[in-house]
Amino acid sequence: MKDQGMSVIVRTITRFVYGLIIVFGFYVIMHGHLTPGGGFQGGAVVASAFALLLIAFGSAGLKGRINLHWLQSLEEVGALAFVALGFLGIGTAFFYNLLANSGGFLFGASVPAGPNAGILTAGGTVPLMNWAVGLKVMTGIAAVVIIMLVGSRKEEAE
Amino acid sequence: MRKAFLFVTLLFVSAFLLLAVCELRPFGEPQTAVMDDYFIDHAQGEIAVNNVVTAVVFDYRGFDTLGEATVLFAAVVGVLALFRKLREDER
Repeated sequence: MKDQGMSVIVRTITRFVYGLIIVFGFYVIMHGHLTPGGGFQGGAVVASAFALLLIAFGSAGLKGRINLHWLQSLEEVGALAFVALGFLGIGTAFFYNLLANSGGFLFGASVPAGPNAGILTAGGTVPLMNWAVGLKVMTGIAAVVIIMLVGSRKEEAE
Repeated sequence: MRKAFLFVTLLFVSAFLLLAVCELRPFGEPQTAVMDDYFIDHAQGEIAVNNVVTAVVFDYRGFDTLGEATVLFAAVVGVLALFRKLREDER
């Protein structure tokens, strides 16, 4: 089986759609403390865009564009950032939210009680942890999908 | 013989499930709601987060999320270790 990817229809639609999927995933991560979703979900959405690209264009179309070492490193950066944010409030307790309601520029705004749309710059460490977990999930799942698909294709070719 | 055994098992399981249904609480009335009410009342004031689920996942139960992230990390490391030979062939 030659590794050519899928038909012209699938490849054309993929070219239109994959950017939108990535933007939607980043939106889900960014608004994780306001709307349903968060780091895990948004990261999975972004990783699904990588999986779509990989299926539509085949592993040959990906060669040279994505560096697996970069993906691994970014995953570890996300994990370390998450743990570091947990240690930020160690003066009170592990995972204490030090930045919430602090009034600082780093997500320190306060939210009025009751039903409202919420404020994007509020939440303290919660949005930062969303970004860390989102980075970790999107790069981790992308690395797994890429290496598994490339590995299985290679076995078929032999 | 085998069919009879299966039938008896089915009877037992259905009987216990029916018994459980008879003892169900009314929908939407948990046994205790102290914890839920605390989260719902204090999430906006304490963490300034409107999504209470995120407040629980990343703040009140942040340690649990650390465990979930560790599971994902272990899965990725396991896959990379499993396919290590293929990557060494590429070089």
